[in-house]
Amino acid sequence: MSEASATSPRDVPRTAAVVHNPAIRRARVKVVSIYAVTAVLMVWMVVKTAGGNVQFQPTSPFDANQISPIDFPARTTGLACLIGVVALGVGSYVVLSWLRILFGVVAGFAFMLCFFCWAYSGQEQIAITNPLSDSLKAATPLILGALAGALCERSGVINVAIEGQFLMGAFAASVVGTLAWSPYLGMLGAVGASVLVAALLAVFSIKYQVNQVVLGVVLVVLAGGVTGFLLDQIPDNKIPDLNQPPVLSPVAIPGLAKIPVIGPAFFDQTVLIYIMYASVALVTFVLFETKWGLRVRAVGEHPTAADTVGIKVRRIRYQAVLFGGVFAGLGGAFFTVGSNGAFDKDLSAGNGFIALAALIMGRWHPIGATIASLFFGFMLQLQFQLQVLQRIPSELLAITPYVATVIAVAGFVGRVRAPAADGEPYSKS
Amino acid sequence: MGEPEQEPGAGTDEADSGADEPDAGTDESGVEPDERTQPRAKTWIESVLPTVQVSFASIVLALIVGAVLIMVSNDHVVSTWGYFFADPWGAVTTATSAVWDSYKALFSGAFGSSAAFGGTLGKATPLIFGGLGVSLAFRVGLFNIGAQGQLFFGAICAGYVGFTWNLPPVVHLLAAVVAGIIGGAIWGGVVGVLKARTGAHEVIVTIMLNYVALGILRWLLLTNPFQIPGSNNPQSPYVDDNALYPHAGGYNLGFVVALLAAGLVWWLLGRSTLGFEMRAVGANPDAARTAGMSISKAYILAMLIAGALAGLAGTQQVLGHRDPLTDGIAGSIGFDSITVALLGRASPFGTVVAALLFGALQSGGIQMQAATNTPLTLTTVLQALIVLFIAAPALVRSILRVRARADAGGVLAKGWNG
Amino acid sequence: MQLEIRGLTKRFGTFTANDAIDLVVEPGEIHCLLGENGAGKTTLMNMLYGLVDSDEGEILLDGEPVTFRSPGDAIDAGIGMVHQHFMLVPVFTVAENVMLGREQASLGVLQRSKAAARVTELSEQYGLAVQPDALVGALPVGVQQRVEIIKALSNEARILILDEPTAVLTPQETDELMDIMRSLRDNGTSIIFITHKLREVKAVGDKITVIRRGKVVGTAKPTVSEAELAEMMVGRAVSLRVDKGESDLGEVVFAANDVTVVDDRGVTVVNQVSLDVRSGEILALCGVQGNGQTELIKSFLGLLKPAEGSIALSGDDISRHGPRESLRDGIGFVPEDRKHDGFVGSFTVAENLVLDLYRDPPFSSGLSLSLAEIDRNAEDRIVEFDIRTQSSSTPVESLSGGNQQKVVVARELSRELKLLIASQPTRGLDVGSIEFVHKRIVGARDAGAAVIIVSTELDEVFSLADRIAVMCNGRVVDVVDPGISREDIGLLMAGAEREMQTHG
Repeated sequence: MSEASATSPRDVPRTAAVVHNPAIRRARVKVVSIYAVTAVLMVWMVVKTAGGNVQFQPTSPFDANQISPIDFPARTTGLACLIGVVALGVGSYVVLSWLRILFGVVAGFAFMLCFFCWAYSGQEQIAITNPLSDSLKAATPLILGALAGALCERSGVINVAIEGQFLMGAFAASVVGTLAWSPYLGMLGAVGASVLVAALLAVFSIKYQVNQVVLGVVLVVLAGGVTGFLLDQIPDNKIPDLNQPPVLSPVAIPGLAKIPVIGPAFFDQTVLIYIMYASVALVTFVLFETKWGLRVRAVGEHPTAADTVGIKVRRIRYQAVLFGGVFAGLGGAFFTVGSNGAFDKDLSAGNGFIALAALIMGRWHPIGATIASLFFGFMLQLQFQLQVLQRIPSELLAITPYVATVIAVAGFVGRVRAPAADGEPYSKS
Repeated sequence: MGEPEQEPGAGTDEADSGADEPDAGTDESGVEPDERTQPRAKTWIESVLPTVQVSFASIVLALIVGAVLIMVSNDHVVSTWGYFFADPWGAVTTATSAVWDSYKALFSGAFGSSAAFGGTLGKATPLIFGGLGVSLAFRVGLFNIGAQGQLFFGAICAGYVGFTWNLPPVVHLLAAVVAGIIGGAIWGGVVGVLKARTGAHEVIVTIMLNYVALGILRWLLLTNPFQIPGSNNPQSPYVDDNALYPHAGGYNLGFVVALLAAGLVWWLLGRSTLGFEMRAVGANPDAARTAGMSISKAYILAMLIAGALAGLAGTQQVLGHRDPLTDGIAGSIGFDSITVALLGRASPFGTVVAALLFGALQSGGIQMQAATNTPLTLTTVLQALIVLFIAAPALVRSILRVRARADAGGVLAKGWNG
Repeated sequence: MQLEIRGLTKRFGTFTANDAIDLVVEPGEIHCLLGENGAGKTTLMNMLYGLVDSDEGEILLDGEPVTFRSPGDAIDAGIGMVHQHFMLVPVFTVAENVMLGREQASLGVLQRSKAAARVTELSEQYGLAVQPDALVGALPVGVQQRVEIIKALSNEARILILDEPTAVLTPQETDELMDIMRSLRDNGTSIIFITHKLREVKAVGDKITVIRRGKVVGTAKPTVSEAELAEMMVGRAVSLRVDKGESDLGEVVFAANDVTVVDDRGVTVVNQVSLDVRSGEILALCGVQGNGQTELIKSFLGLLKPAEGSIALSGDDISRHGPRESLRDGIGFVPEDRKHDGFVGSFTVAENLVLDLYRDPPFSSGLSLSLAEIDRNAEDRIVEFDIRTQSSSTPVESLSGGNQQKVVVARELSRELKLLIASQPTRGLDVGSIEFVHKRIVGARDAGAAVIIVSTELDEVFSLADRIAVMCNGRVVDVVDPGISREDIGLLMAGAEREMQTHG
């Protein structure tokens, strides 16, 4: 800017150069345009919002502690949200720090609230239900899959095959669960099947050094083919013997489950969801606080450096990929014994790829990936929540998680830094 | 993901490939190649032969694994395994005959008659288009997993022109085909633009856009004018006869168009300035940029063309035969296109050959399912296995005990940071 | 600990990288391994460190034969190595890097405070001034090198290999490193010091072994003359100066004014730099690596857009041009990292020779490439620049480093140039190739081009430059004549400011 060049070159403040930074200017343009698009959408929604109240029902009818529904004026709330978003947009133009991220999150919530006001307005017999429980359920396989991806990719092996691990895991869980008549043994079977896919991924990427993105895609096709083929081979009269597993039932954690609103959502769930909580903590701890985790990250960032201090690069990578398989298997089990039971073709419906996107959005960190997964989980449950309204065609609602992923990856993530050696096979002479 | 474009002080990249890679002939060893005995230039046959050997061996290996799958899962065979000790010979013959019958039906369904061969070509045609699109993007360094979505969009646009417009013969077909090309190109171009402008990784974006395209198609099929009048089913009206590809006795013009497209891609990649740029960007984007090429332009153009090719696959699906547009229109062509491109080593000629092979498998698979109850999904397994084996030539060679050769792979190897 | 190497041999295919090498390193001595790029020094050390398996011969420690299957074995035996390219994980802290491989842990859980204490202890013992909690990627290269030394020391190395350690240092930092080496030696550590710089060998070595083309060609005392050492190293008498006439100065062709470059992270990497170059003049940009030289010349070509300032070529402002326009306007560019930016490895020699010329006639006619012209051009260049290649259709990645560089230089010099920018033009090349490239650069100058070279090798700067601009911390600290002393230029490289003066 002109005032900066007018000052003498010696005492140009550092910020003056920052203003000229083309990268920051680009980021600014991006932020502003995202806010502008959001605001325009919100204006449209506020205009279209019918008068009257919208009702929010924080508890489900089955909860022990009932809380009475909350009514709030639809149009006023929407308008308030709109004003808030505009303010946050201006704020994001001014500040450059991490506050921007916070602003973005708040703006996201405001947008969703405004959206709900529009979607539910004029339909007073239907209350907005508490999205926590369903979001968490939808996020569970994503989190588990992303953890598998985190372990693989932190060690330097790209895992596009999470979807394949899900499919094999879900199928194995169903068949083993049915044969043994135990959802827990089904989960064990899922882990076994997923680790098998992980083993293929490991052998082909580490030993045979196949391009890992290609390999992942092929493994997904293979897993889809094998599970589909085996399913087709089950004659109708054998289905009850092979593909009708018992499902996990919720177990309330005494005390915690009694907390209003969040208690039933977080602490009255199946064992699989508790395992998911533990897995996030476990993977985070293992990666960042243990000797093995340090080595995993070292071989993912700079395998040669690890090799020169005597670490067996390939061995660590095998371990990480196989260990990751355990979590992807549990994620796969969610689709059968963790929810509806029987396996069907292509049951995981792209969730493995969304888990991968969550991993990338979470910058290859287990906690970040978990947060991203929860966001996608919320988007996934949204379509079921809104279906009853018939305000938006359900076919279009179904694409929201995928559109959200594209927007998230393109708009907010952009060029994030993967582990430096991610996807690069290590070969010693 | 994405390229960290400038990283001052990051000398670590080169360190990765540093000290311990004494591949003779590079900086570390500093060998002048002329100090070594020079291998004589290979003839064409010699350079192609190992590829053919490995490909053939991969197909055989895949069929063997497929046979094992049939043996362990076929209900009839499984029940005889139960009596294995009582009648071992019977169990073995049942198993082998199940495999033999399946594979015989597969083969005759693909090549057994003129009609069967026409079916093979018909199945191969969209795979050629889709495979070319994936191959082209591949050569520019992009993993285009989005042929499926691009195909959907091509089919939507071609179908719309096909069943709503009324035009004379030839013109109508041309208009519908162009609409399909544009539809696919737009859907592919979006990926290129996002990649070039924001660095969003194309693998994620293309996969997600596949689902988005499917959702849009499903929605359209329940809306005017895409829903066939007087029905609640999600299916479109029939395309006007004038908009159909000319066909005779099970063969249709689409295949010829596919061959032309392959020729065009060959010229583009090997003989044009644009292709030179694209290949340079694909092989080393930094060097390409330093040489004054635009990476964004290469990415966007590559994805536009790749999308257009997949869109052509979509036209084949709606204009190739008198079937309405449904949400099953793409089948598994999108993913199969990727495997076709890999099998064809991202070359136009290889892609055509690979598409013919997969077309044969799929066309024969239908007959196999009808004749022997072995599910069509077996062909998916076979395709994935073939590609898996081909992608790891070292594995195939070790199984075959063929001596390892220096030339391997052929597929770009790079990671997220690519 | 005494190290003895007997008849160690390594072959890659038909090429013998190390041919029956014999070497004895006595305890507490600094043993210099002298040889030019590609002589096989690194291969030898990689065998000693367990990174490469030997084909023949044996290694003895205190008379006992040992076999190293991996670096872990070598470390256990008391060998430490500071690699030319640092083996540090940039996103780890100093302590994490030092402990990697022998982590202080209980029940598998890291004990970071113990590791940090160890780093502090070693750092104080040898006066290395390294903070255990700093992120390695954020440290200057000189400090990173000390982290490498601590890493080796913490593994109780009694033989320390230093592979070309001075390439990234200022003359003063080099002196400091030599002091550290001496103090380590006095504490009983044997040091193998790998280098191709004669001055350093004479300054610090106790014994010198010279390697040429994979063979030991002799040993020497540090008292022999540089000329003798050079002759042993190269195998013939070498003129240490470039044969270069007086420059015939013309108009100012290129002028940069107050150029500031800000990188993606918002850091100002080039700060208010003003330079000009006349036709027929070679301006050398010198400085320690990572002080803004790379970004500055990238902004000249248009690979980076300057945040401020103007750049003019023949009077026309080109600061908004991209590389394509700049190349068209007559700038030739030999990038610093040829593998990364200079050529496409999988492309043929012929294709790489037109990598930035393919758009224009005669190599293209509109949409289509003229393959015949491209081939003919390749044949001509291969002869003119003596590029040793099997054919013009050989992929460039299979050529030697020197010939790869010749491909890049040949391409950039194959059209009319107003300005030639060459960054580290001879890095990693053998003496023959260095002489050839230098001759061509001087040739471009004599043909009337303005030339900017960037080099971290002071010898190269002194022998090529007509004027030297010294950069430190993103600024041009001073522009001086090549008559300046090594000490003075070292001080400038370290940032000692004198009065700002720009010539022209």
